[in-house]
Amino acid sequence: MTRPLVETRDLKKYFRTPRGWLHAVDGVNLTISRGQTLGVVGESGCGKSTLGRVILRLLEATGGEVLYDGENILTYKQDKMIEMRKKMQIIFQDPYASLNPRMSVSEIIAEPIKVCKTIAGRKAIEDKVYEMMDTVGLARRFVNTYPHELDGGRRQRIGIARALALDPEFIVCDEPVSALDVSIQAQILNLMMDLQEERGLTYMFVSHDLSVVKHISNDIAVMYLGQCVERTQSDELFDNPLHPYTQALLAAIPVPDLSARNRPQNIIRGEVTSPVNPKPGCRFAARCPKVRPECSVEDIGLKEVSPGHFVACILY
Amino acid sequence: MTEQATVNPSNPVKKRSQLKAIWFRYRKNKLAMFGLALFLSLVLVAASSGLFLDYDTQVIEQRMRERLQPPSSEHWFGTDQYGRDVFARVVWGTRISLFVGVFTVTIALTVGTLFGALAGYYGGTVDNVLMRIMDIFLAMPGTILAVAIVGALGPGLVNVLLAMAIARIPQFARIVRSAIISIRGQEFIEAAKACGTRDGRIIMRHILPNAIGPIVVQVTLHMATTILGVAGLSFIGLGIEAPTPEWGSMLSEAKEWMRYHPYLMVFPGVAIILSVLSLNLIGDGLRDALDPRMKN
Amino acid sequence: MEERLLEIKDLHVEYVTDEARVFAVNGLDLTVNRGETVGLVGETGAGKTTTALSVMRLLPDLVGRITRGSIILDGIDITRATEADMRLIRGEAVSMIFQDPMTSLNPVMTIGEQIAEVLHLHEKYDTKEEVEHRVDEILRLVGLPPERKGEYPHQFSGGMKQRVVIAIALACEPKLLLADEPTTALDVTIQAQVLQMVRELKEKLNTAMLLITHDLGVVAQTCDRVGIMYAGEIVELGTAEQIFQKDERHHPYTVGLFGSIPDLTRKTRRLSPIEGLMPDPTDLPPGCRFHTRCPHRMPVCEVESPRPSYNGGHLIRCHIWDDRRCSQ
Ligand SMILES: Nc1ncnc2c1ncn2[C@@H]1O[C@H](COP(=O)(O)OP(=O)(O)OP(=O)(O)O)[C@@H](O)[C@H]1O
Ligand SMILES: Nc1ncnc2c1ncn2[C@@H]1O[C@H](COP(=O)(O)OP(=O)(O)OP(=O)(O)O)[C@@H](O)[C@H]1O
Ligand SMILES: [Mg+2]
Ligand SMILES: [Mg+2]
Repeated sequence: MTRPLVETRDLKKYFRTPRGWLHAVDGVNLTISRGQTLGVVGESGCGKSTLGRVILRLLEATGGEVLYDGENILTYKQDKMIEMRKKMQIIFQDPYASLNPRMSVSEIIAEPIKVCKTIAGRKAIEDKVYEMMDTVGLARRFVNTYPHELDGGRRQRIGIARALALDPEFIVCDEPVSALDVSIQAQILNLMMDLQEERGLTYMFVSHDLSVVKHISNDIAVMYLGQCVERTQSDELFDNPLHPYTQALLAAIPVPDLSARNRPQNIIRGEVTSPVNPKPGCRFAARCPKVRPECSVEDIGLKEVSPGHFVACILY
Repeated sequence: MTEQATVNPSNPVKKRSQLKAIWFRYRKNKLAMFGLALFLSLVLVAASSGLFLDYDTQVIEQRMRERLQPPSSEHWFGTDQYGRDVFARVVWGTRISLFVGVFTVTIALTVGTLFGALAGYYGGTVDNVLMRIMDIFLAMPGTILAVAIVGALGPGLVNVLLAMAIARIPQFARIVRSAIISIRGQEFIEAAKACGTRDGRIIMRHILPNAIGPIVVQVTLHMATTILGVAGLSFIGLGIEAPTPEWGSMLSEAKEWMRYHPYLMVFPGVAIILSVLSLNLIGDGLRDALDPRMKN
Repeated sequence: MEERLLEIKDLHVEYVTDEARVFAVNGLDLTVNRGETVGLVGETGAGKTTTALSVMRLLPDLVGRITRGSIILDGIDITRATEADMRLIRGEAVSMIFQDPMTSLNPVMTIGEQIAEVLHLHEKYDTKEEVEHRVDEILRLVGLPPERKGEYPHQFSGGMKQRVVIAIALACEPKLLLADEPTTALDVTIQAQVLQMVRELKEKLNTAMLLITHDLGVVAQTCDRVGIMYAGEIVELGTAEQIFQKDERHHPYTVGLFGSIPDLTRKTRRLSPIEGLMPDPTDLPPGCRFHTRCPHRMPVCEVESPRPSYNGGHLIRCHIWDDRRCSQ
């Protein structure tokens, strides 16, 4: 196997809160190969966005390493990091908050180019802006509009255009299609997959929509309260989910079909464990239908139960 | 799959510059345009007053025979207790008062914004140290602080203005800091960081434009209080030296004669009101024009 | 009790900006009965949020306005109500879960304070303890640990903020809940809990809901009736059974929507979205608004706006299914 483009080793991010340390990301090990997509799914608040931001160093990690092409970027000095940022971009969850309301579409897309000075000259920058707008399928007449005048789909296209403006290699996609309707979602997903093919992009794709994740990802990592509880190939995860949380997650997918309507819902219940100073042991134990006394004794690490299928559960 | 079909790609839409867009929105606001016209005429008056007024003979020379005359065709605004022409003094005062307001507020705004931005953006220790210093200043009443500073620096117009400015810095710092705190956590700031934007540019280009509303309001408010504040200092002998025609000091001198010669108060008062009003209208218009969400 | 709670008739809404007039909603008819959940599905920019904002009377000042039509909520015409009436109506009779969780939360108040404020505003509880107790209860209801109520919005993840927003909207137990994509930021397990909670509320308090969503799965699980919206119009409206029945008559747009969903059971390289984009709302095409993208386009579609045809309460606005034309 070749060297992965992005790899995290025991990555940790804790936030200080009045009641103690909040373990948002707690010892995550991931690898993403060049030109591939890693899907990340998990309960809201389990640290998916935080993980993405720590990998991009938008947040400073509390511990662990992020290897980009084999080098630990967490030790980079500021200037080297700024150079590095051209290669790594992010597309955000919220197409509302992620665009500066005071800037017009052209200014938003041109901003990264101006900051990184990858292209000089007004005319050249303008051309690049139009080129990006064409790439993401945004009509040129929108150059002067402001984000609040546009609908969610077009805003998300601006976000993608901004991320692509620097020709990056690796993009963290933090729920880029959650806010879009299914038709536009399909267009954006096709666009992202085309771009991946054309430019050899590598994605870390965070989403709640499991059917979307399954469609776009090669591998999937399932997170629960800051930890990665299961990681394997996309098809394998759906065919053979091992961790009880993964099983609950897959069972809760709403299917666009009335036959499932009166099916008894087995929603996982129980108090959500607080991520602040968590007790040792499996974090899912409090809600797990298959819980055993051993679960709460000590932390359970990822174990390779079959080739390429990792799971953190005492049952396996 | 794309929207290109709807436009002719060889004829792209003209990009509009930001300044033009702001002016376009500002122009639509009638009141704001009126304010701008008013302010420009005041500036014009200030600039041209030297051309048709002679400072020594017309503005400060005392003619006790002509004292306290009501407005007439000869003295449009009447004369004061030393027989000086009030019109000439009000016109000349424009120079001083506008300068007082603009100078003070500019300094307070620049320094206050800098402190507030640093405190709000970096948070933590920087925030604590800067804001505790600001709190000390805030804890003292502005005038007393100014008196103390003038006491230390010595009297004189520039020192007085510096004192007034310093007394106002904390208020700007507070406003800017709280505006920045509510903006810095938003995702578009992170997007800017993600492409390696340096802190200075993030503050100047992404945060401050979004915080402009409360700052503009603060600026116009302080212009007014500064002009009046200088008058207060002049009154206790720390401000502008006696014969200099400054609206605030004219107003406070006129207080004694209010009963029988009210026009002495009216004209400098109206001048102050007009300048403050024009600045207020400009401020409001600017705030809306800078926010693309406020169309029409 | 089949009684109308909300009745929107021939609603037209426009946004007027510097450059153009945006025709966001064009002749929308919709009713929501008491205790009923109506789903509103449609492409971005179809005018779903605009419709909800019109009911709340929260269209952006100066820019957005209702140009025609009426909105009757619980016997009151919203389009004529005074601002003071509206303040009472909002929260008590109707409340809205906004699409964008971040901007509807106050960044400098803790989430506990924000929920308590709504309760205070409508004077639901007397003592501080009661309010605090209720705040904890609501937070638990949306799956947030109550001990986090002292934290500020920026300390929560996107999905958690959305849950706070839902909690605020539910705090006063309104008669009608306008939910603008309430669960898009939530993962499926929490989404299932929230939908369960909404269903319980519906049974307990007879709350009606207008659920705006992109997720046809959610619609299938929760809605009694479904409206499909396109370019400011309802192009298809029927019971969930009618809409989800594959072999029934459907509007071509509905067919396209269902076709764009990635299928969990099949592996495809590319998805098949509906070709093209929503027409420019400043310059809507004549005739049927969907004709520019419709695979079954006929000459008549380009000139004549289709009349709605009904089939056992199942409305479709399409020339293909217009019986009068079929018989010709
Ligand atoms: N700046 C912060 N200060 C304190 N806590 C934070 C901060 N940012 C995030 N957290 C906490 O970290 C945890 C993980 O948050 P994160 O945003 O990564 O979740 P997520 O998995 O992306 O959720 P979602 O799917 O809802 O977006 C949450 O408990 C959140 O409250
Ligand atoms: N303040 C505004 N000024 C100008 N146009 C606006 C404004 N708000 C919305 N629009 C336009 O009105 C139309 C309808 O917008 P609306 O937000 O109702 O769509 P939506 O169906 O809610 O879409 P989404 O699914 O993306 O939320 C869109 O074309 C949008 O661009
Ligand atoms: Mg997130
Ligand atoms: Mg919307």
